Amino acid sequence: MIDIVRSEWTKIRSVRSTVWTLAVTALLMVGISVLLGVAITNSGETVGSQEAIATSLAGTVFASLSIATFGVLVVSGEYRTGSIRTTFMAVPKRLRVLIGKVVVFTPVALVVCTVSSFAAYLLGGQLILGTTSLGDPGALQAIFGSGLYLTAGGLFGLALGALVRHTPGAIVSAIALMLILPQLTSMLPGQWGATVHSYFTTNAGMEVVQPGQNAMLGPWSGYAVYLAWVAVTLIVAAVLMRRRDA
Amino acid sequence: MTAIQAMNLTKRYGETVAVADLSFDVQPGQVTGFLGPNGAGKSTTMRMVLGLDHPSSGSVLIGGSPYRELGHPLRKVGALLDAKAVHGGRSARNHLLAIAQSNAIPAARVEAVLELVGLTQVAKRRIGGFSLGMSQRLGIAAALLGDPEILLFDEPVNGLDPDGILWIRTLMRELAAEGRTVFVSSHLMSEMAQTADHLVVIGKGRLITDTSVQEFIGRSSQAYVRVRSPRLAEVAELIRVGELHQDHLRVSGLEPLEIGTMTARAGLPLEELTLVRPSLESAYMELTKDSLEYTS
Repeated sequence: MIDIVRSEWTKIRSVRSTVWTLAVTALLMVGISVLLGVAITNSGETVGSQEAIATSLAGTVFASLSIATFGVLVVSGEYRTGSIRTTFMAVPKRLRVLIGKVVVFTPVALVVCTVSSFAAYLLGGQLILGTTSLGDPGALQAIFGSGLYLTAGGLFGLALGALVRHTPGAIVSAIALMLILPQLTSMLPGQWGATVHSYFTTNAGMEVVQPGQNAMLGPWSGYAVYLAWVAVTLIVAAVLMRRRDA
Repeated sequence: MTAIQAMNLTKRYGETVAVADLSFDVQPGQVTGFLGPNGAGKSTTMRMVLGLDHPSSGSVLIGGSPYRELGHPLRKVGALLDAKAVHGGRSARNHLLAIAQSNAIPAARVEAVLELVGLTQVAKRRIGGFSLGMSQRLGIAAALLGDPEILLFDEPVNGLDPDGILWIRTLMRELAAEGRTVFVSSHLMSEMAQTADHLVVIGKGRLITDTSVQEFIGRSSQAYVRVRSPRLAEVAELIRVGELHQDHLRVSGLEPLEIGTMTARAGLPLEELTLVRPSLESAYMELTKDSLEYTS
């Protein structure tokens, strides 16, 4: 298994799309935080430290799409070029390929996303409050939560890439599942509608970044629900990857 | 020992049958040509051999076991399917390195195969900019990485210039001479006649013939004499061994001189007396004409 991880590491570090998608993710996190910070400063409003945390990490919503794109490309890039056949010839036990990709992707995404979240909070908070302290209540949880949330979104993209095998299709389904459908579920009627809304992908996951928005889930239970979505998608993708012709 | 053993291999895509009940063996130490018109099912068969596509029924063993059960398969089997199926953004060296690492092949081997196929100078360049000939060399480098005893090449000379064709032909002969198994597909008989020792010919997914090249040449290039005459029926009666066609008589086993002498003695006029030696290509065309997917 260590051989496969080594091989996947070589693959991920040797294409430009890795650098691009990670750079865009960091830029969205920091850039949106700075823009909002400048806007608030100019407006002369005074904001509390809780609001400052939420505002400085507002880029998370958009950054989750670029990190998901990175995840998609890690798998779909091989299908697009046909090099997936070389990969499966080298490792015919295909589940190991998928595990190898997850093992390499997760720490890379986690480090980049967590560092970006720290930078976004420190820069944005500085602009908004004139001072930032990592000791502010909830600050650390929101920052690490943002890193974890984004990493899960990246893995969601990776799973969708393996499931759909087609770059545009996988990116569109990521946008639908992470951005559009979570909004639409708010229109579902009744108690079950409310439950679906609370448990739906990013509605549950965002609780770890911005607690208190979800009626039914706390930060960690919400994050666990989001991870369950990712895990189920990965399992379905793994089963199909084994069964389908390459 | 048999290197590749296909047993009743069948692949269906819905109603379409790509490969039908195909059985053949491939032996080591020789080049086996896998021949058939375009769309005959050669690539599908190769993908099934390599565990990429699942057979609808039947099975195929490689070195005695199914491909998917090989540990570090690249150390046993190397294959070139589609030279352009690579990530264009990667350098040649990184492309090979990733493949090598997956099968615990030492990185030094990457340099060795780059040298072997003559790509050392461009090892750092992105593959996307490679010509077809360079890509083909890179694909062969990847196939040779694990120093495998069994090699599969799918249409390796397609689109290559004469230099490249000669290079690949020589390489395949050398690999076979080293005792390796070389299984190479082509739709050109002339190409295989110069490279292969053995032929597996398929058409419309079915086995047409499984024979040595020598036997195939011997059988198909059998010469005959074409005889035409205004009094063809009488000539046919005289010669007796001939095969009567619409406007000519086809005679095997007699020399033109013998036929000419016989007809001259009988006073029969001849319009044509020609020794016909069919080419390998036309013999192959004859063999596969019923199984062409599209005919013009």
